[in-house]
Amino acid sequence: MPILDVQHIEKHFGSTRVLEDISFSLEKGQALAIIGSSGSGKTTLLRCLNFLETPNQGRILVNGETLFDAEDPATQRESEVRKKRLHFGLVFQSFNLFPQYTALENVTLAPKLLAQENPDFKTRKKEIFDGIQSEGRELLAKMGLSDRADHYPHQLSGGQQQRVAIARALALKPDILCFDEPTSALDPELTGEVLKVIRSLAEQKTTMIIVTHEMAFARDVADQVIFMDEGVIVEQGAARQVIENPREERTRQFLSRYAEN
Amino acid sequence: MLMSVTLTLLEGFVVTLELFLLTLLFALPLGLVISFGSMSRCTPLRAVVKTIVWIVRGTPLMLQIMVVFYGPGLMFGLPLLPRFTAAVVTFVINYACYFSEIYRGGIQGVPAGQQEAGLVLGMTRSQIFFKVTLLQVIKRIVPPMGNEFITLVKDTALVRVISVYEIIWMGESFIKKGMIWPLFYTAVFYLVANGILTLLFGWFEKKLNYFK
Repeated sequence: MPILDVQHIEKHFGSTRVLEDISFSLEKGQALAIIGSSGSGKTTLLRCLNFLETPNQGRILVNGETLFDAEDPATQRESEVRKKRLHFGLVFQSFNLFPQYTALENVTLAPKLLAQENPDFKTRKKEIFDGIQSEGRELLAKMGLSDRADHYPHQLSGGQQQRVAIARALALKPDILCFDEPTSALDPELTGEVLKVIRSLAEQKTTMIIVTHEMAFARDVADQVIFMDEGVIVEQGAARQVIENPREERTRQFLSRYAEN
Repeated sequence: MLMSVTLTLLEGFVVTLELFLLTLLFALPLGLVISFGSMSRCTPLRAVVKTIVWIVRGTPLMLQIMVVFYGPGLMFGLPLLPRFTAAVVTFVINYACYFSEIYRGGIQGVPAGQQEAGLVLGMTRSQIFFKVTLLQVIKRIVPPMGNEFITLVKDTALVRVISVYEIIWMGESFIKKGMIWPLFYTAVFYLVANGILTLLFGWFEKKLNYFK
């Protein structure tokens, strides 16, 4: 059974169709890259998975459980949506770190708030918080940021901020970690350090969906690639095959435009 | 002579400060309620709130003081409010409307990505407001709020139109005795109060400088 099963997702804003009949599935431990030009619907698709947008049609299943069904309003209740979001993590293009918190506090804030919902929170508060704290430090160490734990976001470079954001998303142990153009807001020399982190996550078999414009990275790191254009999936398949030997003419045109740049 | 004038003026200045503090006490929270109204998704509510804010900000405070004090009696034959109460009510409404616009600017100025980051981390809307947004809003509104506080100290002088015995009224009362300088002397009191406010706001702004 796939960990993620997306069935016939449709999304329109007013009369503009942004996503049309999007279906794909993802196996546990696999990395999926979504490529395509700006405005092809990639970001909207990620936002639908993270319940930041509500699809007009379709279903989203995680581990066989229906998280979202456009036909069933009961799956769209605010209180339940909050819990369901936790199946997914999202790393934003613009990092969106909380500026008033240090790197470590950014990573531990949400786990600490969630821990308050545990029935035994009151009796074990210190123990729970200590655990979250040391997990947060471990995650930052994994990102190569041990010495930056007490820095505020504005004291960090873009690449460091994005790595904090990745640690923050990982802290909630999502089933599927989504990246929305994680390096698009970075200088070329900072792109590498973030890609390196994502690459190591792939090697550790983290289930990921990565929207990216880095074709070589998609080919080398992802297992699957989806090429989107004008809100539809034009082609999907094994990463190397789609990027090196695309079957569809539209994919070929898109990739050749990239090769020129 | 200087001593007795100072004491008389100080008596008026206590009234000035009372009006200042009571206005802040009620207008700061009321402004937040009004700002939520002006951002409401409910169109009729938003329209009503925006109209009220337009009227209050669009007419002179001095006129509002007279309307609140004399209006109920003239229009409906109701008993007059005590002068000081009428002054407080007018100032609270007037300043709450100005504060609401500052709050609204501060809230809408926080990037949408902050809210979204909170949502995808499984936070509730109230957790996002209190743990993520609020401090960023406060940081944004400190400078314009400093302006409003200083303006408020000086605006209190307007209540002399309904004979509330604040410091300017006290200063003017010396003119009948042939002394003009006590009126000018009142400026010192305003300057000291606003000097303290300026220092406080400067300190608070610095406190919040640890993040950007």
